[in-house]
Order: sequence, then C-alpha cells, then structure tokens
Amino acid sequence: MTATTFQPIAARPAPVKTEGLVAWIKSNLFGNLSTSLGTIAIGLVLLAVLPRFLNWAFVNAVWVKDYDACHAAAGACWGVVAEKYRIIIFGRYPFEEQWRPLVSGIALLGLLVVSCMRAFWKPWLAALWIAVLAFFFTVMYGGALGLSRVETDRWGGLPLTLLLASLSMSMAFPIALVVALGRRSKLPAIRSVCTIYVELIRGVPLISVLFMASFMFPLLMPQGFTIDVLVRVLAGITLFAAAYMAEVIRGGLQAVPKGQIEAAATLGLSYWQTQRKIVLPQALAMVVPGIMNNFISTFKDTSLVTIVSLYELTGAMSLALNSDANWRPFKIEGYLFIALIYFIFCFSMSRYSIWIEKQVNKSKLR
Amino acid sequence: MSEHIITFDKVNKWYGNSFHVLRDIDLQVKTGERIVVCGPSGSGKSTLIRCINRLEEHQQGHLTVDGVELTDDVKAIDDVRKKVGMVFQQFNLFPHLTVLENLTLSPMWVGKMPKKEAEDRAMAQLERVRIANQAGKYPLQLSGGQQQRVAIARALCLKPKIMLFDEPTSALDPEMIKEVLDVMIEMANQGITMLCVTHEMGFAKAVADRVIFMDQGQIVEQNNPHDFFNNPQSERSRDFLSKILGH
Repeated sequence: MTATTFQPIAARPAPVKTEGLVAWIKSNLFGNLSTSLGTIAIGLVLLAVLPRFLNWAFVNAVWVKDYDACHAAAGACWGVVAEKYRIIIFGRYPFEEQWRPLVSGIALLGLLVVSCMRAFWKPWLAALWIAVLAFFFTVMYGGALGLSRVETDRWGGLPLTLLLASLSMSMAFPIALVVALGRRSKLPAIRSVCTIYVELIRGVPLISVLFMASFMFPLLMPQGFTIDVLVRVLAGITLFAAAYMAEVIRGGLQAVPKGQIEAAATLGLSYWQTQRKIVLPQALAMVVPGIMNNFISTFKDTSLVTIVSLYELTGAMSLALNSDANWRPFKIEGYLFIALIYFIFCFSMSRYSIWIEKQVNKSKLR
Repeated sequence: MSEHIITFDKVNKWYGNSFHVLRDIDLQVKTGERIVVCGPSGSGKSTLIRCINRLEEHQQGHLTVDGVELTDDVKAIDDVRKKVGMVFQQFNLFPHLTVLENLTLSPMWVGKMPKKEAEDRAMAQLERVRIANQAGKYPLQLSGGQQQRVAIARALCLKPKIMLFDEPTSALDPEMIKEVLDVMIEMANQGITMLCVTHEMGFAKAVADRVIFMDQGQIVEQNNPHDFFNNPQSERSRDFLSKILGH
C-alpha cells in the first residue's frame, strides 16, 4: 500500500452576498410565510396610524405663536414651543439674565463631550472639570464679577438637568466602585456596611430619598445650620444611583475568574494593585452596557427633583404651560418637545456605549 | 543556612471541616532539585505545591521557604512570593494586556523597575521561550502552547529561585505539549529549583531528581525516577503506574 500525500485545499473567498434593496427586502421582510404575514400586518397598522399622525403633526399643525389659531386648528400647535421655549429650557431663572444659564450650560455640555473623547483622557481633564464647574457655579450663582445673585432654587431647565446628571454620575461611579469592592471584602464589618447601604437604598423609591434629603434632613440638623437644597438633592441622586451601579459592578467582579487573582498574587501584586490592574479593567469591560443603563436612567431620574421644587427640564415645561391659561391645552406638544431633547441625550449615550464596548473588547479580536 | 530551600514539617490542611487534604506532610527540597509530583486526582498534589506560595494556607505544622516560615504574616508571604514563580494549568494570562504587558506588569509595579529595563528583561525571557515575535499580541490571539510558554516567561521575569508547575500541559492539545516540555527541560538544565505536578512521565524520566507519589493527602512513595518507574515499592504506586503507562 502506498501512502497518499496530504493535499491541502487552497483557501477560497466566502461567497458574495447578493446586495441591493430588492434582495434585502426579499430576504428580510418576505423570507418565509410567517415573516411575510408579519410584514403585511405591521404595514397595515402603519398605514392606518401614520397618515393620521403626519396630518396632526405637520399638515394641520400651527407653527406660529398664535393661540387663537392653535385653538381653531385640528393639528398640533408647535407655536407653544416657539412661545415658551425660554421657560422650558431655562426654568425660573430671571428672564433678562438667561444668557448666564445659556453660557454655563454650553460650557458644561462641552466638558461632557470632551470627557468622552479618548484624546482628552489625560490627568489635566480633572483640572478642566474643576475649572468648568467653578465657572458654571460662578456664572449661575452670581454675587461676584458684577453679576446679580440668583439663588439655586431659581435655577432650572436643561442646564439644571445637565448639572444634576453629570455631577451625580461622576460622583456615583467612584462610590459604586468602592461599595462593590467592599461587598466582596474579607472583613465582615466593611462587607456589612456596604450590604446595608445597598439594600437600604434599593428598598426605597428615589422620590422618597429626595423627599428625605429635602425635608427630613434639615429637621435633624442643628438650628440655623442649612445645606443648600441643590446639594442635598445631588447627594440623594448620587447615593441612589451609586447603590444600583455598585451591584452592576459587583456582577462584573464576580465574573473575573479566580485564576486571574491567583496569578496576580503569585506575581507579588498587592490587593489594590490586583484590583486596579487586573480585576477592575476586566470587570468594568464586561459591564459597560449595565453601567450605561444606570447612566441613562440617572439622567432621566433627575426629572423627579420637581417634587422638591427644583424645576429642571420636565418641571420647567409643566411650569411654563400651567402658568398660562392660553397655552395650557397644548401639553402634548410640550412633552413631545422635551421628549425629543431627552431622546437626543440618551441616544447619544447609548451610541457612545457601543463605541466604548468596541474599545474595551479590542483584546478579544482575533 | 540549611541546604534545604523548602521544608514541610508535619503539615496538615483541611478543606472545610471534613476533607483532610494534606496529612502529616514531611518533605525537604534541596536547592536546585527538580521534583515531579504525581498521583490520582484529589490526592492533594496541587494543594501541596500551592501551599508553597500560600495560594492555600496550611492549618497545622511548619512550612519554610528559603528561610522564611509561612504564617499569616503578610510580609513573609510577599517575601516568599517574590522568590517563587508559578505556572498554572489554565495559563491565567491577563487577557486585557498584551503579551509584553503581561511580562512587564510585575517588574514595573512590584519591582519598581523603569519601563525600558522591564521591557528588555521581558523580551529576553520571550526570546528564551522562543516567542518574542508575538510580544505585541493579546493572549487570546495565541495558541494554547504559545500561551503557556508566555506564562512561563512571565514567571521567569521575577528571577525566581523556585518554580512551581501545576499540571502545565494538561489543558494543551497533544501537538503542543512538546513545545512546552522542551522549554521546561531547558529551564531544568539551568539549575532552578522546580516542583512540577504532571502526568508526563517522559518529562519525569528526563529531568526529575526525585518523583513523589501522593494518594489521599499523603506522600506514599518518593524515589529517583529510575527506581520509581522500574521498581515501585508500594502496591498503590504500582497500581497507579500500570494505569497511566499501561496503554
């Protein structure tokens, strides 16, 4: 018997997918019977609903600041946004001074955008945060540089939403890290404190945390001692968000294999070096979607501060329309307007999360 | 200083309350000695070598490594770990760091070595395990055999006096076992003290000064490889050898 020589088959390119709109529709919308029926059913519903919505939102809509025309029209009244946008965006901030929240809001937004970019992940970014926040508070609060003083309970609208969201997220993250590590500590005292904190916060709704921060906390303080309502509310949101985030991070910590920690130990790394260089980078990479989930819900949770009379975006919108009987009937349009603003922010965050996931998963690519 | 670099003196260990995993272990290892530990699974052989760098703690008896007795004292543990390198069955490379970063991590952070110097040392070790051309890749982009060689290089970067191997070839494809064993044989010839848990009897015959056979938490028999394989003293080791060499 003669031995046969092994003949490797040369690698060939994968078959080319058929491109084009028709091919895509055929395979994705009418691939088989049930898909085709589904496509037709959804198509019919859209056909029934979409024209009515488009008629309401565009064809019959009123675009001018004329409430008589609005009352007469069958469609949406976008004039309400044109009329009230300054109160919606800036809340109860004194009307003539509203350039101040505009400038500070843009500065804060710029800071957030810059913080998201890799090129700016340098040590001096921390200094930039302090500088921008100092600028924000100085311009908003006034009482210096010839600016009139505006108390924090007059702050409102989108700048307030951005301030509450960005500060509570950036403070909640480090707290959550420490609490998550604490819940896995070998020391029972640290472990119980962290567990009690998480369970207590998770056991109550955010509204009650805000309520306590705003009304109960001052009762417990000595006479004449006050902390600004904005600070108390910030602390409330931060502690609330941190408890949830801690549990997300703890999930990631538990998913790091024990062998990684053993390998770090045999290399002589200390506890903190192991956490910082080995465990946290892997754990956080695994929970990026969960953390972003927390960030997005924190962003929207800021709308609850209305109950303690801080008028951020949602509160400012209600305030703007409720205070004016002529425009009060057009709340749907108002809500759609702020919904669009919320959506732009949340959608950007979710796209950013996808980019981050790609960055941290580079080591897993073949 | 005694000539023994590792001394087990009546060491006992339990997992939980009931599982007595190490029973009255007495063992002396000479500097430069190469020891292969074998035995059926659950016999305590991995636990034995994991006690040496305190990945497991013993509850009774005394364990001394290079003149330092292992106790709860964190400083002593750090001291010992600087002298002992370890290679695991599952490699345990850090997947988020490149091969080079895996090697420079400890010299830079524990040894406070400048980056350049750490990288030079790392490249020299990678050269030694014949994998220097992969320095910029991530561990998961390498084959199992390559990963294990990187793991060996990583342990060697600390210039350890003692190397522990915990079944280093058990997770590898048959074709890759040889490349790892070749590297280990080369190391063995350079005089480092080695303790290796393995079932590679060819490796034991080629490099070991002594073979230790364990069963049920005890050292049943220890001898030089020639006598151990050709003339095992106990019934139990004879039975074990017939099973692993019998086909």
